[in-house]
Amino acid sequence: MALRHLMSPLDLSVEETNRLLDLAVDIEHNRDKYAHRCDGKKIATLFYEPSTRTRLSFEAAMMNLGGKALGFHDASTSSVSKGETVADTIRLVSCYADICAMRHPKEGAPLVASMYSTIPVINAGDGGHQHPTQTLTDMLTIRSLKGRLENLTIGLCGDLKFGRTVHSLIESMSRYKNIRFVLISPEELRVPSYVTEEMKEKGIPYKEVIALNEETMKDLDVLYMTRVQKERFFNEEDYVRMKDFYILDAAKMAVAPKDMIVMHPLPRVNEIAPEVDKDPRAAYFKQVQYGVYARMALILTLLGLDKEDK
Amino acid sequence: MAETTGKRTLSIGGLDEGFVLDHIQAGHAMTIYRYLHLGDLDCTVAIIKNAESRKMGRKDIIKVACPIDYLDLDVLGFIDHNITVNVIKDGKIIEKKKLKLPKKVTNVIRCKNPRCITSTENHLDQVFVLTDPEKEIYRCMYCDEKWDGKLARQ
Repeated sequence: MALRHLMSPLDLSVEETNRLLDLAVDIEHNRDKYAHRCDGKKIATLFYEPSTRTRLSFEAAMMNLGGKALGFHDASTSSVSKGETVADTIRLVSCYADICAMRHPKEGAPLVASMYSTIPVINAGDGGHQHPTQTLTDMLTIRSLKGRLENLTIGLCGDLKFGRTVHSLIESMSRYKNIRFVLISPEELRVPSYVTEEMKEKGIPYKEVIALNEETMKDLDVLYMTRVQKERFFNEEDYVRMKDFYILDAAKMAVAPKDMIVMHPLPRVNEIAPEVDKDPRAAYFKQVQYGVYARMALILTLLGLDKEDK
Repeated sequence: MAETTGKRTLSIGGLDEGFVLDHIQAGHAMTIYRYLHLGDLDCTVAIIKNAESRKMGRKDIIKVACPIDYLDLDVLGFIDHNITVNVIKDGKIIEKKKLKLPKKVTNVIRCKNPRCITSTENHLDQVFVLTDPEKEIYRCMYCDEKWDGKLARQ
């Protein structure tokens, strides 16, 4: 089997994505069938910056498959602090593990790793660039809870300027039929023009609005909330002004469609009030669980262990 | 060979063997000189600035007296694919090479994104890939930082 990596969600064709999501659904319903599929295998989680949730999700995914996990979660405690290059690190790690998930603050670092690696490399987030397993997680959540990836109106709300999860989700969902987007953001955090230009070119219907209200939400199948990230702002004042721009609470949920699911890549701050957690439409914790299934399916696929007879 | 500038004529010697880069946008000859590393060659190089042109009004021309293999046509196509490359042998133009946008350029331009891995790992090749031939958009292979060919030529 040819060595394959995952750097961006678009590295997978629509068919491959669908196959991977089918596998994730099968894993969800038949956990025992997959419990030993990766016996004796190891995943290296190389986290050059902390991201506890993503790392734990990868490690849990491998352990659920019968494999083991090793790695580091802070560049200051690894040989990186001594000046080792990504290329050298991955050459060594290729001798220790069967597959690798890399998180790095520098954009393109996982691609560099893939160029020197003899094991599959998964991009677990590189700066503001790509985070393909978050997109797979989001797609699996939508497909599982809405029953389809076509004919959907998806509302994206909050920081649409810097939020890479939003850009990746738009790109990936645009490949399915009859998808419409409602982009809800303050003027300052609107989606970048290259994203809207691409939507126009592909003929994807979208509208940009500022208010999150009944009118905005009335046609939504999915409302994807995002956090306004402090680290993206140059001054505290702008951040403070923006951070509580949207707060989804019980009152807003009362006027939202009865079958609209609420998603969030987490962690949340104030944008979803804790009172919404009890609402059956709140899907963000289920999303975390789907994240493990999506990563299990990805690990199996990249290791060539996705078929039963292997 | 001579280039006319008004009433007076500035004469530059003809070439027996080499190439002439014609139709360079006026004022861009030195940029091309640098990109092609012509300063590293031992052969004769002539740069003509602001020559009259029916097509362009003003243009620059570079003449180099060395075999055509010395020239990286990909780099030239990347900088400006409208430049005409005349290959000279025995004092005659034997070929007019057509330039096209290369699919990939390596170590010609640097990625300016401070978050790109190339900003900290200097040993990595600077690779830009053509992602939109119509708009002449290249993107950094590592971080997707955009490089707009049309904008860069202005």
